[in-house]
This record gives sequence, C-alpha cells and structure tokens, in this order.
Amino acid sequence: MKLIIAYIQPEKLNAVKQALYEREIYKISVTNALGCGQQRGYHETYRGVEIEVNLLKKVRIEIAVNEAFVQPTIEGIIAGARTGNIGDGKIFILDLVECIRIRTGETGSEAIG
Amino acid sequence: MKTIRLNLAFFVTLFFLFIVKDAWATDAVADAAEKLQSNMNIVWTAVAAFLVFFMQAGFAMVEGGFTRAKNTVNIMMKNLMDFSFGSLAFFFIGFGLMFGKSNGLFGTEHFMLSGYDAMSSDWIWTFLIFQTVFAATSATIVSGAMAERTKFSAYLVYSIVISAFIYPIFGSWAWGGLLDGGGWLEKLGFVDFAGSTVVHSIGGWLALAGAVTLGPRIGKYGPDGSPRAIPGHNIALAALGVFILWFGWFGFNPGSTTFADGSIGRIAVTTNLAAAAGAVTALITSWTILKKPDASMTLNGVLAGLVAITAGCASVTPVASVLIGAVAGILVVLSVLFLDRTLKVDDPVGAVSVHAVCGAFGTLSVGLFNTENGLFYGGGFRLLGVQALGVLTAFIWAFGLGIALFRLLKKTIGLRTSAEEELQGLDIGEHGMEAYSGFQIFITQ
Repeated sequence: MKLIIAYIQPEKLNAVKQALYEREIYKISVTNALGCGQQRGYHETYRGVEIEVNLLKKVRIEIAVNEAFVQPTIEGIIAGARTGNIGDGKIFILDLVECIRIRTGETGSEAIG
Repeated sequence: MKTIRLNLAFFVTLFFLFIVKDAWATDAVADAAEKLQSNMNIVWTAVAAFLVFFMQAGFAMVEGGFTRAKNTVNIMMKNLMDFSFGSLAFFFIGFGLMFGKSNGLFGTEHFMLSGYDAMSSDWIWTFLIFQTVFAATSATIVSGAMAERTKFSAYLVYSIVISAFIYPIFGSWAWGGLLDGGGWLEKLGFVDFAGSTVVHSIGGWLALAGAVTLGPRIGKYGPDGSPRAIPGHNIALAALGVFILWFGWFGFNPGSTTFADGSIGRIAVTTNLAAAAGAVTALITSWTILKKPDASMTLNGVLAGLVAITAGCASVTPVASVLIGAVAGILVVLSVLFLDRTLKVDDPVGAVSVHAVCGAFGTLSVGLFNTENGLFYGGGFRLLGVQALGVLTAFIWAFGLGIALFRLLKKTIGLRTSAEEELQGLDIGEHGMEAYSGFQIFITQ
C-alpha cells in the first residue's frame, strides 16, 4: 500500500480528477495548500507597502492505493497536471503502514479498495 | 404695554391686508406656492439622484457576488472607477452632447455647464447630478458581462468613452428635449420614460459587444463546447446588491418625473409591481426548467422586471406593469440560457439578458400598453413602430460602436489579461492584493 501525495496547480484539479477517473481511481482527498518551489511566490502590495514572501495557492491531493494502482495514479496526475512550465508541481510516494475503514473495521488492501 | 403694541400692530396689518388683498395677496400666495413647488421638485429630484447613485453599490455587490473570490478587488475597482471617470467625462463632454442645442445629431453647448452662473442655486445643478448618475448606471452595466478576464486599463478607457460619447449622443436623440436639445427619436414620439433603452439597453448591448470580443473565461466551455458552471462566490452579497438596486430604482423611475406630486407614488407602485412579478415568474421558470428554484436566476428576475418597466412606468396601468414584469422574468431566464448554451457568450452576471433584452422588451411593451396611444388602447401600430425603431437604433448604435471600440482596445492596449493572471485571479495580477486576505480561497476553476 502506498500513500500518494501530490501538489498541483489549482486550476489543474479538474483535469487531474478526470484523468484519474479514466484510470478507475475514484477515491481522492483534496485540500487547499500554500507553498512555493521554483516559482518563488508572487508579488503583492497592500496600501503601498510590499508584502515580501507570498506563497502561491496550490492544491494538495492525497490518494491511498494498492500496489497495482501506483503507476496508473502517477500517470493520471501527470496527464492532468503537466503543462511543461515551472510550477506544475510534485508527486511524493510514501509507504502506507495500515489502513482501516471505520464503518466496517476492515483493514489493509480491502479497506483501501 | 408690550401686548397692546403687538395687538395694535396685528390689527393694522390685518387692516392693510384686508384693504389690499385683492391687489397683491393672491399674487403673493401664488408666488409662494410656485416657489414651494419648484423647491419641492428640486428636493425630490436631488433625493432621487442620490438613490440612483446608491445603485452603484448594488451593481458592485451583484457583480462581486456572482463572480469568484479571486476577482473581487477587480470588480470593486471597476465599479468605483467607472463612476468616477464617468462623472468627470459626463460633466466635461457628455452633458453638452446630450442636452445642448442640437445640430441634428448631438448637442453643441453647455459643456462643463458654461453659460450658467457657477455659483447660482439654479435647477440646472439638480438636473446635472440626476443625469450624471443615469449616465453612470449605463456605464457600469458592462462591468459584469466582462468580469473576471478584462484588463483594468482597457476597462477604464471604455468607461470614459461610453460616458463622454456613446451614451450621451444616443441620449440626445431620445431625451435632449428635457433641456435645450431635441432629438429625432423624441420628435417621432418615442417613449422611454426613465431609460429602458436609453440607459439599460445601451449598456446591455455594449456589454454584449464586450463579452463577444473578449471570449469566454478559461474553463467556461468544455472541449465539446458544453457550458460549465462557474459558481459565484457569495450569493448573500448578490442578494444585497439586488435589494440595493430595487431600492435605488425608487429614485430611478419615480425620480424621472423631476416633479413633486402624486405621480411619484403611482410610478413607485408600477415599478414595484413589475419587480415583484419578474421575481415570481423567474422563480417559476427556473424551477420548471432547472428543477430547482435558482437564486441567481430569481435575483436576475427582479432586475429584469425593473429594467422592463423603466420605459413605461409613468404611462401604463399597474395591472399592465405586472404583465410587463412577468414577461420580463420569463424572458430573462430563457435569454440567460440561450446566451450560455446556444450563442456561447460568457456573461457571468446576466447583464446582457437583464439590461439589453429586457430593456428592449420593456421599450416595445410601451407600444402595447401605453394608455394614451398604445396598441391595446386603440392607438394602432404607430407607437409600437416608433418604439421598435428606437430599440433597433439603440442596438445598432451601441453594439456596433461597442464592437469597434473593444476591437480597437484589443489591438492597442490589449483587452484581456494573460491566461496565467486569469487563473491566479485578477486581484493579484491587476491590483497586487486579495479581497479576502487571511481566508482560504479555492481557485481550482
């Protein structure tokens, strides 16, 4: 089991969701995130005073999958989010120790699927 | 001692009044009555102008509410600045073109109100402020249709051009006779009491020209051309805006009498009935077609009724005003869907449907319901024909000039922001700040 975390451009969320749906990956958590990588934020001023560090609005996606779905998930995220420009985002993959479905008490692969 | 003296003075006065009352007392009373009436006219018209001014806040809230949180600063700035630039442009150029002695096409005097004593308390100042807020209403309609993708600088240029030229020249054809002008439309008998065509359709057709020239917002249409919803971020603000506009309309329509008498109340009644009927029929139409009582469509329905009754509010019966408002409420929903689904013109707030379409309908409805010479009152087709001519002229004038103006802006300073800026939000790109700093805003579409 893996936990896949990706940071993408907010406006690409719809495209990523669609690309994942096409690959039969339907379970997804999305949160608002602020951050900056190579884009280094943006410029903002308020009443004439500059605001120095501005974190960009990003979207954080979390998907827990069984091994067989790791590759399709990565492909789906890339297919939806890639423009070729700086700021497209990153994907992190973590080993997932356990997963429990609260309603039934199922654990492991069954609970994820 | 004092009492006696006062009594004496009283009797002497009474005596003289009695003697000379036939000579001057009647005149004095008539003079006083006339002065009172003229001052009451000024007070009423000025109060009405202030109500119409407040409609700017209504427009700002409606447009802000119906669009996304990432563009709210931009919407507020557009509404603030089209009124500010518009007031100046109308004072320096527009007013003269609209109300000066006409050369046949436009007025040629009264620029900056030259010729009037600048320090007098003449009626002209009340007339100027009343006409200024009307011009600004026309200008601000366009902001909503072009929301979320227009370059701020290009919008400023547009707002000067409409208030200085496009609105006043058309206005001189229909309303020039209110002062020293006298246009060809009003000479034909064109009836547009408070501006369904002169104010609302002119703004609405320019809004259409702007939306067409810009193209839809990114993500508004799928690859197969199917429309996608881009929900507004604050329906409470939009509703507040509509209530403010409704309130302001009690200055817009009843104020256009510029005369203090009972017709103020009668016109307030026709105005209110049409707005209410528009809300009800828009509710029913959206409930039938969209399966839910859609709030944004019902809010548009109120405005549709108000815009439609604006032309005929003084010359149709209350029952007719209900009918006019009711038809407008249906029309506005169908028009929004037609623009969105068939023409694929992206108008985020429904400005074209509310102001252009319902303005045209309202103007035509005067040709039917005018109690003096409307079709339904045995007046034949003549008035309806004149109304249609006015509606058509407004379309050609505003839409034609609008397309030319916006294309010119596109070629010169650019009309649309970059895709990157549009996605991030115009607030940061154009103004370098956010409307809701400290809040989490999703910008996923």
